[in-house]
Formats: sequence, C-alpha cells, structure tokens
Amino acid sequence: MSLLGKDLIGIEGLTREQITTILDVADPLKAISERAIKKVPTLRGMTVVNLFFEASTRTRISFEFAEKRMSADTVNVATAVSSVSKGETLVDTARNLEAMKIDMVVIRHPASGAPRFLADRIESNVINAGDGTHEHPTQGLLDLLTLRSHLGSLEGKRICICGDVLHSRVARSNIWGLKALGAQVAVCGPRSLLPGAITDLGVEVFGRIEEAIQWADALNVLRLQLERMERGYIPSLREYNRVFGLTRARLERAPKDLVILHPGPMNRGVEIDSDVADGPHSVILEQVTNGVAVRMAVLYLLAGNAPALADAAKAESA
Amino acid sequence: MTDASAVVLSARAVARTISRMADEILERTDGPDGVVLVGIQRRGVEIADRLADVMRDRDGSIVPRGALDITLYRDDLQTVGPRPVVGRTHLPVGIDGRTVVIVDDVLFTGRTIRAALDELADFGRPARIMLAVLVDRGGRELPIQPDVVGRVVDVAPRDRVDVFVPTLDGRDEVVVSRGTT
Repeated sequence: MSLLGKDLIGIEGLTREQITTILDVADPLKAISERAIKKVPTLRGMTVVNLFFEASTRTRISFEFAEKRMSADTVNVATAVSSVSKGETLVDTARNLEAMKIDMVVIRHPASGAPRFLADRIESNVINAGDGTHEHPTQGLLDLLTLRSHLGSLEGKRICICGDVLHSRVARSNIWGLKALGAQVAVCGPRSLLPGAITDLGVEVFGRIEEAIQWADALNVLRLQLERMERGYIPSLREYNRVFGLTRARLERAPKDLVILHPGPMNRGVEIDSDVADGPHSVILEQVTNGVAVRMAVLYLLAGNAPALADAAKAESA
Repeated sequence: MTDASAVVLSARAVARTISRMADEILERTDGPDGVVLVGIQRRGVEIADRLADVMRDRDGSIVPRGALDITLYRDDLQTVGPRPVVGRTHLPVGIDGRTVVIVDDVLFTGRTIRAALDELADFGRPARIMLAVLVDRGGRELPIQPDVVGRVVDVAPRDRVDVFVPTLDGRDEVVVSRGTT
C-alpha cells in the first residue's frame, strides 16, 4: 500500500505520520543537490508534465529541478502557448497528454479545486502546485521542513503567519500542516485580509505585528500582492509597511531569536524590510533549497503506484 | 528441520569473523593506504565500523568510512513501489583512484550490490571496488560475487537470515529462521 495514494492535492487531511514521512524522505534528498552528479536514477523512464495555467517561475523551476534530479523526463505546458487558449477544457488537455503516455501531472491553476477535479478524471498521479486560494501543498511542506530543521520538533512551537491570509493558499497549507504536527498557529494582518472564520481553524489572531513578534518562535511573512491595494483591501503600501511591515527595529524587540520565512517573491520594503530579509534570522533562501528536496520526495513517494490503487482512488471519488 | 530458528554466529563468533575479515581485506589491499570502507545502510554501516575498529587496533591506521543508502537506486520501484524510508549516503573522501570496499551484512540476490555499484559510479571512479559481506546465503540473481566472506550459510530461498547488531537491535548474533510457507 502506498503511503500517499495517487495524488497530492493538499495538506488538509494528511496525517502527522504521512507528513513526517515526506519530510523524513526529503531530508536525505537534500544531499543529492550537493553532489557533483546531481541526479539519482529513481524515476528513470517516467514522464512528468508540468501543466501551468498561471504564471509561476520559482515553483515551476523547482519542480523541474526536482523531476530532473530524480531522472524523470519532463515537459512544460504553459497556457499561453497551448490549445487551452483555443478553448480546450482542462480534462481534454490532460487526456490528450495521457494519450501520449505520461505518468504524472504537476498542475498550477487559478481555480481552487482544479487539481482535485483533474485527479478524479485521469489515471496519472496529480500534484497540486497551487490552486486558487485553496492550497499549495509543496510550499507548505517545504516550510515545515525548514521550520523543523531550525526548531526541531514542531510540537508546541509557535508559528505566526503574517499578512494576506485571506488570499493565500500558502497560509492554508501551512495551517493544516503545522496543526497536524502539533504546532500552535497564529495569523496576523489587517482585518480586511484575514478570513472571517479563521478562528474555526484553531488559530489565534493578532491585530498587531508587535504582538506576533512577542508570541512567536517563527514568522512566516506572506507576500502582499500589489493588486490588493487597487481593490481596496489596504489603504496604501506605505501604510501597510508602517503598521505590519517586518522591520529590524520591530524584530530587535523580540524576546528571542525568531526564524523568519517568506514564500517569495518578496516585496522588499512592503511586508518585509531588506535588512530582515537578508539578516541572520532569515531562512528564505534555505526554503528555496528545501523546496527542491521536498518536491523530489513527493515525486518519489507518489511514483510506482500499482494501477489498481489508482483505480481504487478513482472509484472512491466517483 | 525441527527448530524454527538457529543461531549460526554467536557474539564471540561474530567478533572473530569480523576480525578475520579485516585481516583478509588488508591482505588483499596490501595495507590500509587508499582504502575506503563503505557500508550499505543500515547494518552494513555497523559492520564497516567494526571492521575499521579492528584495522585501527592492528596498526593504528584510520581507514575512512562511508555509508551508502541504495533506496533511490533500486530496480523494483514499479513492482514494489516506493520505500518510505530513505537513509543517508555519505562518503567522507573522494573515491577517485582509491580502493572502495563495499560492506554489507547479508549477500543474497546481489541486487543491492548492483544498486550500490551504480551509486558509487555517481561519486567517482575508484581504482578498484571490492565486496565484503558477513554472511553469504547464496541465491544470486546477478553475476556478483564477494571478495571477502565471513560465513557461508546454506539456506533455502524462503529462509530468513538476520544479522543483529548491538547498536540497532540490542543483540549481537546471526540467526537463520526456516521459512514456513
């Protein structure tokens, strides 16, 4: 019986054991990227399609490195140049790819739920690389891996997610994963950018960044998307930085050394200042390194599923 | 067979066997210079450590030790599926031009050693690769033979051969269990 089943759609619903296994497999895989020959033959002969319906540079490149370092063959499909722009449906696109004998699809889509929809309709393994405001499970997992390597066991540790939680699939994946591993989770940001029912997820809410800094062992600072200002969620970027920006002056008042994460790309001088982003407590580039290892682990753990399991998964969801 | 399982090497026998294996390796490599002991995770690593300890006791030579985890080089991903435990591969020195001695607990089909040879090739080009195993149980499926053997045991394919080491198992012996099915 495979550990993860056919697909990785979200962290919600994964058990502590499943998450821990992914992280434990990812840990030794980090070393592969340090070798002179940065490649293991594990997924030799398997074909992975990176199906991106939304612009992404780092996630797509990270997946592509992960696939190549595991020796899979990769194809990138971007919407602008595909027949999607000619009106083809998601399922037709995927079934056409499957007709060319592929093994896995990594999908990024602006609509929440698109990866699940696809996973229920094709035989290939499906990995969610970010869907709408739902989940971004591999980002959540790489954050967990990074936090674990700095804080040890996350049981009882305090992690605060700061910023635009409302629109953030990274925040959702983090909350599910951190809760599953026994961490205490809080969110901090303007009320307009926090979901109304956020406390239903069992998280604390801080209205001031100073409170979060006093409370937390680590801060995961989310990107503030610039269009949020245009849509009226915040008055101005400068004011956001003044009230919620992570500055060195604020961080110096922390009772202990905090671990600072950011999923990127950063808006320097908005949600995070440069001297924090480049400072000694920032693990932002380590997150990027860990991202490749976590994606290698997920590819490996989903690979080689017996077809019977895939059929069972489809029957279950039908 | 009436006994379900039998001890084929006791703790003292294991110690004597490893001591003799260390001497045999040094004889074949003409001393410790340029030798790297590389254990296969996990029990091969323990045995490589014990071989190195014996070599140090003989003439004070410190032989570099490494560890190979061959999980990502297995040939059964499609049939068996992924193994949820991946260990560390760690080589302390470059292996180019050296004599690498692969150390494992039990040699059976030879598939693990095939994977280990592939993995080593990704790290460099040793002058020579040798294979030392504590137990050779026969049953090879590939043309692979050991250079140094602790004990040959003659068992049926369904029988189990377990090497127990103190650090992982709290006991130090080699046990053969007869297959029941």
